[in-house]
Amino acid sequence: MAEFTLPANSIVKKGKTFDAPAGATNVKKFDVYRFDSTDGKNPSVDSYTVDLDTCGPMILDALIKIKSEIDPTLSFRRSCREGICGSCAMNIDGANTLACTMAIEDVEGDVKVYPLPHQPVVKDLVSDLTNFYRQYEAIEPWLQSDTKPAGNRERLQSKEDREKLDGLYECIMCACCSTSCPSYWWNSDKYLGPAALLAAYRWIVDSRDEKTDERLAALDDPFKLYRCHTIMNCATVCPKGLNPAQAIADTKKMLVQSNL
Amino acid sequence: MSKSAHGGTGHFWVQRLTAVALVPLTIWFCFSIASIPQLSHTALMEWMKSPFSAALMILVITVGLYHGKLGLQVILEDYVSDSNLRMISIGAITLVFVMFAIVGVVSVLKLSLGA
Repeated sequence: MAEFTLPANSIVKKGKTFDAPAGATNVKKFDVYRFDSTDGKNPSVDSYTVDLDTCGPMILDALIKIKSEIDPTLSFRRSCREGICGSCAMNIDGANTLACTMAIEDVEGDVKVYPLPHQPVVKDLVSDLTNFYRQYEAIEPWLQSDTKPAGNRERLQSKEDREKLDGLYECIMCACCSTSCPSYWWNSDKYLGPAALLAAYRWIVDSRDEKTDERLAALDDPFKLYRCHTIMNCATVCPKGLNPAQAIADTKKMLVQSNL
Repeated sequence: MSKSAHGGTGHFWVQRLTAVALVPLTIWFCFSIASIPQLSHTALMEWMKSPFSAALMILVITVGLYHGKLGLQVILEDYVSDSNLRMISIGAITLVFVMFAIVGVVSVLKLSLGA
């Protein structure tokens, strides 16, 4: 059955408190989840009070400042700091988003920073996304075709066909959507989740791909696709403004049409 | 391409078909029951004698139960992670719903035909 209670070693305890530097007037408190999968201890929440006058505007700026100046033991992923790499996806103020594109001033009160929900945590804000990437791999996210393009040139596509990929190709695989989905929480071993399904649909509607029927047939499964109950958390949290739920609904529609 | 279990689409489509069918059926059922002057056994027997009422009543029971069974199956698939337990519980609810449907249809026929 589904587990509705937390295992004893997952109870989150109160951790260390780091006060603001002397003389700081414009401050903000960051409550950050801390956990180390190698030391056998329970997770805790450490509180860092950051001087905003010497900090950049984004949540990621504050995390980098905490790591550089207050507590070098804090772990998190980050790279591009402009919302294109998807590395700094985490749960901020109760919703999944990218730390680099979320402004500190948009959070009222203390800022709660947790790792992406319902994934194994490696350390602090770094979650293990192995299963998530395997699911992406499973939908075979590359162009598949049996025929060669005329003249051995590039595969051409009309403007209209290219427009069908808008709202699909922009996904940065940050995992905000999949890890915000309750259906994915309960069945992430079998349900592919919104990110992989959005990517699958991106290839299904690509006019240059010739494996549309095979791709649809591979998704005709009670668990891989049909665990989506249109909860819409995926569309709400997507930091790129995409709508995986729409792509999933369109995939279901195509499957119904091909089965009728 | 990885293998799929096939069958999810049928379930999805029939669940929506039965949902749409239940809209007029439920409205008809509510209005019909409300229009019976007094809800006595004899008044219901009288109402059920019409082949139209009996036929639609059988549809209300079978379509409603089928839709309910499909919905309950979704809940079990969502929350029962052990595959054996999931299979057994889906089998069990299917049997219960089939039994309800048989009892319901036989009852309507009995009332309607006055046996």
